[in-house]
Amino acid sequence: MAAVIHLEAIQKIYRTGGGLDVHAVRGVSAEVQAGEFVAIMGSSGSGKSTLMNIVGCLDRASGGRYLLDGLDVSGLNRDQLADIRNEKIGFIFQGFNLLSRTSALENVELPMLYLHRSLSHHEQRERAMGALATVNLAERAHHHPNQLSGGQQQRVAIARALVNRPALLLADEPTGNLDSQTSIEIMGVFQKLNDQGITIVMVTHELDIARFTKRNLIMRDGLIVSDVAVAERLNAETELRRLRDAHQAVQLS
Amino acid sequence: MKRIFATLRIAARALRRNLMRTTLTMLGIIIGVGAVIGAVSLTNGAKSQIEAQIASMGQNVILVFSGSFSRGGVRSGWGGAGTLTIEDADAIRREIMGVTVISPESRTRAQIAAGNQNWNTQILGESPDYFDIRQWPIVSGSSFTEQDVRSANKVAVIGKTIADELFPGEDPIGQIVRVKNVPFIIVGMLSAKGLSVQGQDQDDLMVIPYTSAMKRVQRVTTLNSIMVQAAKPTLLAPAQQQIIELLRQRHRITPGKDDDFTVRNQQEIAEMATAQSKTMTVLLGAVAMVSLVVGGIGIMNIMLVSVTERTREIGIRMAIGARGGDILLQFLTEAVTLSVIGGLLGIAMGIGVSKLLSAQYAWPTLIPTQWVVYSFLFSAAVGISFGFYPARKASRLDPIDALRYE
Ligand SMILES: Nc1ncnc2c1ncn2[C@@H]1O[C@H](COP(=O)(O)OP(=O)(O)OP(=O)(O)O)[C@@H](O)[C@H]1O
Ligand SMILES: [Mg+2]
Repeated sequence: MAAVIHLEAIQKIYRTGGGLDVHAVRGVSAEVQAGEFVAIMGSSGSGKSTLMNIVGCLDRASGGRYLLDGLDVSGLNRDQLADIRNEKIGFIFQGFNLLSRTSALENVELPMLYLHRSLSHHEQRERAMGALATVNLAERAHHHPNQLSGGQQQRVAIARALVNRPALLLADEPTGNLDSQTSIEIMGVFQKLNDQGITIVMVTHELDIARFTKRNLIMRDGLIVSDVAVAERLNAETELRRLRDAHQAVQLS
Repeated sequence: MKRIFATLRIAARALRRNLMRTTLTMLGIIIGVGAVIGAVSLTNGAKSQIEAQIASMGQNVILVFSGSFSRGGVRSGWGGAGTLTIEDADAIRREIMGVTVISPESRTRAQIAAGNQNWNTQILGESPDYFDIRQWPIVSGSSFTEQDVRSANKVAVIGKTIADELFPGEDPIGQIVRVKNVPFIIVGMLSAKGLSVQGQDQDDLMVIPYTSAMKRVQRVTTLNSIMVQAAKPTLLAPAQQQIIELLRQRHRITPGKDDDFTVRNQQEIAEMATAQSKTMTVLLGAVAMVSLVVGGIGIMNIMLVSVTERTREIGIRMAIGARGGDILLQFLTEAVTLSVIGGLLGIAMGIGVSKLLSAQYAWPTLIPTQWVVYSFLFSAAVGISFGFYPARKASRLDPIDALRYE
């Protein structure tokens, strides 16, 4: 079976106005198999987001080859890329990117609007509620983003990424704006999804967070410099319990 | 289908979000369409009344006026100072083929009185054929007769208004009405016709034998005009030509000199009357075009602003799988919704205004169904054509650039 993600010498050069080209990704080769849970780490400006955008078919590589499920993405046109983003990939942004003044439920329903095989209104509702239930947010379905906390907004974004049932979930710093407890809750959701068979690739620069994944890639100056399996993987539920106990201990004393 | 519905819902929400802006943008279309519908209903109403009035002249009618148009078409004593005589009318009746009925006419305005009531009205001197030619039924009493004409009898047929003004709540038949102190007996009353295009009361008239009008009221020896009816439409043109020849001969007009009378058939009179309202309609159409185009530019402007403001939203939609076509459709739908709602409101406003005018000022209006359809389609077309450029601009955004847009 082909790898879910197959990168061959991927490059990205940003051409900026002043004739100064930024070589953000300088030849990355890597493979991600189905069912993996990968964290990409690296210092700021090392090209993590750039690479994620290419993997997420939001941006095109300047050079190299990218096969998604064995399909060469560089030959596809705008509409075909849109369809891949819609059906195969769920993308979670660092800044949530929810539609404002639109309820959580409707935000989650959005990807189904652009689905080729159009669903009945009832089916859309059901699926969206299901996705919200997965992230424990069903009771907030009718709240607008400005009525939700950062962690809740991020969970809405995850539900939106899941609603079209993609095989691959991409997340660019999903916990970047969240406190540690909320971050662990989000990782719990990811671990649950990964256990269900969804392949997950996420960017983070927090080492603690990376320990919830199965494999860590480290980038520096547009290159992958390290690729290791996680030795002592943390379990989100255990960690949360420990955190709560510690919290209680503080309150008691 | 479902997708169109969803797109419509998104458009409606986006428009509702900026209600003030939406309303102001629509205003251009509303005013444009409203003005067109209102004005066209007015001219249409006028036109249909003119047509009805001309049709009420009777069928296949030729009018002979004394006086003439000068060569430039400028009026010179049209129907004025008399050159037509009763003998001319008799000659036409005798010698022109295909002429069935004719009515010599002598018209004036005069003060009339009954008891202590006074009224100023139009006095028409006609032959009994007048009522046939104009197909104007007498609802009570009867017409005067040929004998009344020969004897210049003091008998009259009155319009509804005179009955109402001079004999309120009474039967006017058999009553006496004095015209310049000459007493006339009322023998008949005409059916009511109501107001004319110009707002004139068509029932405010009194018809008497033309001989009586000439001898007893006006004290003149000439006629204002002669109304002639041809038996068939095909006889109209030859009859018209023969009348001209006959009258030139009778009036001893040498070749090369202008006629001292004017012959016009109904068709020509109708054309003269409607030519004006046609120009009006064309003019209105042009004004409508301009105002709708201005409205369209307003829509384009707002849509461009909207696309810029919502660049991030566009980016988000594209990131989760919206195609360029989906975005194009969404913004186009928004523009068309804007213009179509504007168009509908404009139609409602136009109809409302014209209804108000006709109720308030008794102006005849006629809601032009096809113009309602035209302006609806046109406003939709305005939305499509002026919304297309902003929508295409939105659809061509790059997802990653749109997402990064601040
Ligand atoms: N649109 C752009 N135009 C020009 N240069 C860019 C653009 N986007 C990113 N870069 C540059 O490319 C390099 C890599 O950026 P990238 O956003 O991928 O870094 P990152 O690893 O995600 O950093 P961070 O951890 O801060 O998010 C940086 O030097 C950045 O300045
Ligand atoms: Mg980044």
